[in-house]
Amino acid sequence: MVVLRVIFRQFDRATLIAFACIVVILLIGALAEPAFLSSDYLLQQLHVAAFLGVSATGVMLVILLGHIDLSIPWTIAVGGMMATGAAGILGPELGVVLAIPFGILCGAAIGAINGLGVAYLRAPAMIFTLGMNAVAQGLMVYHTGGFAPQDRATPFMRELTVGHLVPGLPNPLLIWIVLGGATMFMLNRTTLGRQIYAIGNQERAVFLSGVDTRRVIMICFVISGACAAATGVLLAGWANRSYQAMGDPYLLPTIAAIILGGTNVLGGRGKYTGTVAGVILITILQSMLSVVQPQRYFAQLGLDIPADTFRQVVFGLVIVAMLLLYGRQKALR
Amino acid sequence: MNAPTETAGSGAGTGRRRFEMRLSVAQRGILVAIAIFAVMFMAYAWKQPGPLTANIVNTASNKGALLALVAMAQTLPVLVGGLDLSVGAIFVLANCLASTVVVGNPVSTTFGILAVLLVGLLCGTINGAIIVYGRLQPLIVTLAMGAVYFGISLALRPQPGGSVNFELADFMTNSTLAVPHSAILLLLVVLFIWIPYRRSVLGRAAYAIGSAEQAAYMSGVPIERAKILAFALSGLLAAIGGLLLTAITYSGAAKLSIANDYTLNSIGAVVIGGTSLFGGVGSAIGSIFGAFVMRTVGDLLIVFDINPVLQPLFVGIVLLVAVCMGSLRVLRIKNKLDLYR
Repeated sequence: MVVLRVIFRQFDRATLIAFACIVVILLIGALAEPAFLSSDYLLQQLHVAAFLGVSATGVMLVILLGHIDLSIPWTIAVGGMMATGAAGILGPELGVVLAIPFGILCGAAIGAINGLGVAYLRAPAMIFTLGMNAVAQGLMVYHTGGFAPQDRATPFMRELTVGHLVPGLPNPLLIWIVLGGATMFMLNRTTLGRQIYAIGNQERAVFLSGVDTRRVIMICFVISGACAAATGVLLAGWANRSYQAMGDPYLLPTIAAIILGGTNVLGGRGKYTGTVAGVILITILQSMLSVVQPQRYFAQLGLDIPADTFRQVVFGLVIVAMLLLYGRQKALR
Repeated sequence: MNAPTETAGSGAGTGRRRFEMRLSVAQRGILVAIAIFAVMFMAYAWKQPGPLTANIVNTASNKGALLALVAMAQTLPVLVGGLDLSVGAIFVLANCLASTVVVGNPVSTTFGILAVLLVGLLCGTINGAIIVYGRLQPLIVTLAMGAVYFGISLALRPQPGGSVNFELADFMTNSTLAVPHSAILLLLVVLFIWIPYRRSVLGRAAYAIGSAEQAAYMSGVPIERAKILAFALSGLLAAIGGLLLTAITYSGAAKLSIANDYTLNSIGAVVIGGTSLFGGVGSAIGSIFGAFVMRTVGDLLIVFDINPVLQPLFVGIVLLVAVCMGSLRVLRIKNKLDLYR
């Protein structure tokens, strides 16, 4: 009974709505194409969702604090490009072992600077992380401009994204499950998790209770940077190479997934299961759009509309609609 | 909180205060931005090869005015305590639309311009309406709606191209007697949009909301209308910027990098121009000079022989330094509790 109650508590209203949306979208898709309900397709979607899931995990912690991390796109690129670059410099033996930790370390460093600015200098997170995003972009452009670094993924990175350590379970999905499990444990069962929720509600009160709130904020930004960089490493393995704009399509989906999962944008409320639901919802929505190809119908009408239009418009509208459903603030009185 | 004064600084004081130069926070911000710009532009004029011709000034003014318009668009939401991540997308949307409709004879060109401005106003109004009536966070709403607007501009212009009324475009980007027309456009925008807005009831209400929304509500300030107007005018200003971009490039292009670049730079310009990111303090005039500072950074890189691909790095550093300057108050705060909200 106790176990059931603990599990049940992880599903709040927003999470249930998000899971319901996933089922509805899948059923609608299955009407057109029964293959949408096959286990192959679902596993493949979860495989793709894992990339988004890893980056959303870090950003969710930051949003729970009431801050935001807009440096995601280029931190992803830093993770991927630094990992492949390090592999090129270190050579085949050392590089295989050290490339991935190095890439993630670079992301963590970006997160640490973000944390320094937001926690200790009290700079507004949205501006500071936006500035860091530009700095990371400049550094990466310089990195590829001066000399030609290796952009090939190592065989190990390749194996990490397409292999199966556990039969039937793609490695990225395994990574996401482990990372997600650890995050859920951290949020629900440790002091740090409690402190994160508490800071999101009222940082002042937490500070007065004797918690070093700045340290907590710092930790969350470092995790966020590291998670983004890990996403970059995985994406580099997936595409078999790293490139500059690899993180650009990830900012909106990452934040969208977290918000669709019911995490309060102002911090303090939100379940990790909600983020999981949000990530899967976004991934399936993306997949549906590429399968249904609405641009074909417009092409028949003589309108040449690129596929990206639908992705952008649908994403934007879905986020706003979901927010209107359960993200509203209290009215002034 | 800080009084929302920009023009009231010269009011009569009492006693010895009468003789002191009293500047509001916003006025000091504008002066700092002007000073930084003056120093940077002098460095540029000194370092660049050859004399400073009207042509060079005109080009600099065109580039600066583009960002200045977007930065003014960013200022209004920031003043009411929000942030608009869709200004860049509205700017690009206006550019794509203008490259389609601002063509042909004077009559159709006029209607085209009106259409572009209306679309900008509409986009801003939609943002404002969702934020006010949906009671949602401006940051997320504008991020999402920015994607929508960018998607629409992609539909308008899948490939870069299009055309524009050349006479109009040349007129907007040339200069008369060394006075760039784009600078005159900025002046007109300030005279006919910013100053009337600043002096209107809703403009004052915007400052009150940015300072203390709850108190403003209690005092009967029309919060909903003021917020919607701020976002609507922001869309209009971004659309004017998009129109100028079309005049400069003779074409339209739906590139996400352009939208992101202008959004980022506009925030930098607003910060350098002395507008508080917490709302309630600042002015669009400061943002104009902030924008010119941001653009001169790029020019300085070129004349000092620094690889121009490093521009995002420098823009980012300028932004971080500007934000950290605002953080200097951390050192002055006596009660540590004031740090935490």
